[in-house]
Amino acid sequence: MEMPISTIAFLVENKPGVLFNVTNLFRRRGFNIESITVGPLENPELARMTVSVKADAKIINQIVEQLDKMVDVIKVKRLDPIRTVMREMVLIKLNTIDPMSREEALRCVNEYHGLILNIEPDSIVVEVTGEPSTIDEFIRKVQPLGVIELSRTGVTALEKGHLKL
Amino acid sequence: MVYMTGAEAFIKSLEKEKVDIIFGLSGGAILPICDAFNDSDIRFVLARHEQGAAHMADGYARASGRIGVCLATSGPGATNLVTGIATANIDSSPVVAFTGQVPRDMIGRDAFQEVDIIGVSASITKYNIQVRRPKEIPRAVKAAFHISNTGRKGSVLVDIPKDVQTLSEELDFPEKVSFKGYRFFEEPDPRELDWAATLLARAQKPMIMAGGGVIASNASSELLKLAEFMMAPVATTLMGKGAIPSDHPLYAGGCGMHGTCEANSLIGEADVLLVVGARFSDRTTGSIQEFSTNSKIIHIDIDRSEIDKNVETVTRVVGDAKLALNGILKRLEKVRRTGSPESPWLKRMKEFREQYAMSESKDNPHFKAPSVVKTLRKFLPRNAIVTTEVGQCQMWAALYFDTYAPRTFLTSGGLGTMGWGFPAAIGAKAARPDVTVVDIAGDGSFGMTENSLATSVEEDLPVIVLILNNRMLGMVAQWQRLFYGRRYIAAKLGKTPDFVKLAEAYGAVGFQPGNTVELEKAIKEAVDSEVTTVIDVPIDPEENVFPMVPPGRGLKDFLVEA
Repeated sequence: MEMPISTIAFLVENKPGVLFNVTNLFRRRGFNIESITVGPLENPELARMTVSVKADAKIINQIVEQLDKMVDVIKVKRLDPIRTVMREMVLIKLNTIDPMSREEALRCVNEYHGLILNIEPDSIVVEVTGEPSTIDEFIRKVQPLGVIELSRTGVTALEKGHLKL
Repeated sequence: MVYMTGAEAFIKSLEKEKVDIIFGLSGGAILPICDAFNDSDIRFVLARHEQGAAHMADGYARASGRIGVCLATSGPGATNLVTGIATANIDSSPVVAFTGQVPRDMIGRDAFQEVDIIGVSASITKYNIQVRRPKEIPRAVKAAFHISNTGRKGSVLVDIPKDVQTLSEELDFPEKVSFKGYRFFEEPDPRELDWAATLLARAQKPMIMAGGGVIASNASSELLKLAEFMMAPVATTLMGKGAIPSDHPLYAGGCGMHGTCEANSLIGEADVLLVVGARFSDRTTGSIQEFSTNSKIIHIDIDRSEIDKNVETVTRVVGDAKLALNGILKRLEKVRRTGSPESPWLKRMKEFREQYAMSESKDNPHFKAPSVVKTLRKFLPRNAIVTTEVGQCQMWAALYFDTYAPRTFLTSGGLGTMGWGFPAAIGAKAARPDVTVVDIAGDGSFGMTENSLATSVEEDLPVIVLILNNRMLGMVAQWQRLFYGRRYIAAKLGKTPDFVKLAEAYGAVGFQPGNTVELEKAIKEAVDSEVTTVIDVPIDPEENVFPMVPPGRGLKDFLVEA
């Protein structure tokens, strides 16, 4: 059975070594990270991390508890997918030498509300933002047109309403 | 605010934590701090290898309940500490390690004796930190002591670059430190206590499994009160040995791979199993699927991440063992009468005890390890502290050495670190100079840290080392006999060294008794003389430790012979 992907958000001290300690914990306990994102908060002493993990409920519970135990981790929460908005961004460079594929590429970008960031005679760089599954879908669509390279940011997420970490 | 060097601030910080002894070695990157010890009353016990220093701090911590402190230079000094701090951490022993580091402007440039000890020690410490300025030292030291000795205890490492030790700065000493992300749960949730008590109140066949957490939280008397109130048999994990006196009628012995048949059988039949301060290690549970299948398990632990990590429990109490046991007893007293010593369940315990009474084997022509251990017990004061090495000697000690008080049986449980027992004994002696301390050793383990003889003799920290000498890595040989068709490889140690001469070379005393009378005489002399003594007892290289649960099997599948 395919494991569901869970999203865990946590606040950490924004200082050197914390990212290492977090990823080291995942490595040591054999938890597999699908994606991890980090950024500072309005209070520069804090940073928020979002980790996506493919694992069963028991393992997710262990991850939350082990993270919570870390001195550098201030708060940790598994996000309920129904009560959470999730976004990921992809930058993707498409081959557009063929005018037909160029047209098709622009149509896809439009359909996914993407932005064109750069146009060259033979390639374009576009940005698409959405749920991770939407990004997967977009990549599948443009794959036949010729993807030169791509870079995904990983998932970031916030809970809906007044819920917060 | 005061103006002083980092090294001076370091010493003052230790003094504020009431440290009176540290174990360590000097070296280039820690010289400024070592120099500052000249102006302090803190005793510096010089180890001969940093691993020994860390084990000494660990032994000191376990024997006393206070924090053990060790110190080393950068690079190899720091990496030599690694085994020691990992051993302390997995056994939840409060040890704080300080390491020198190359000057800040050299960090990251592969300088002489530079090792990234923060990276290296990350997964074997509870917390670690590198200080970047002298004024950070008081806070880092305070934090290290606080984190090491609260909640689930463990080891903490503080890395101090050499120039930070030398530089002077205006600084102050905080009375308290707090971390937004550091929480621990001492006070149990009353609802969890209610649930636990409800389950126990209905139990017909209650059983307690006590782990190292009972000792760490000084909860032995609470454990005894609860066990006696319920008339519940008590098994101990290896780390829990000493939580209840070995001669208590409710004591079923140790459980696990080399537990007693009685304890392992009772765990299989209990209907409610109260596990206190234990983490369900594989050596304790045997096959997880077959562990205590007839019982509802209640788990008390101060570390919430241990709940349901290895074994799924019916209910839990997150908190300090002492408070939790007390809370459960108070509730039980309201709803349940005192258990009866004549209950069918305790009769069952008696049956197991009689069925599996371990027969005394004769010592001819070799000494038998169990009787050597029992002889040692006979000639030691009741309050003596025993440390062990790892392997057969450790299991014989666990099975046959009676322990009457917490913190008097010290052993490397989680990591199984050979070479731990001897330096740990020296640390224990430093903590309890009035008490006889003995390391029950094997020849293989003792060889790993035998250079600590120099520290024991030179620092006047006399301990007794009793070597159960089979000229083998005994447990390796036992597994090769049982599971690898007697194909010995890398297990035979040969005839060297002569341990009597080795002891004498270090200025210690050595004995090699040839019979029981000589063994008794050697032990008596060693206890009376208060001189570091090595007693080399030749045992049968073919002797196995039984009972034994083969790896991967359930606890009830113990073997009592090959």
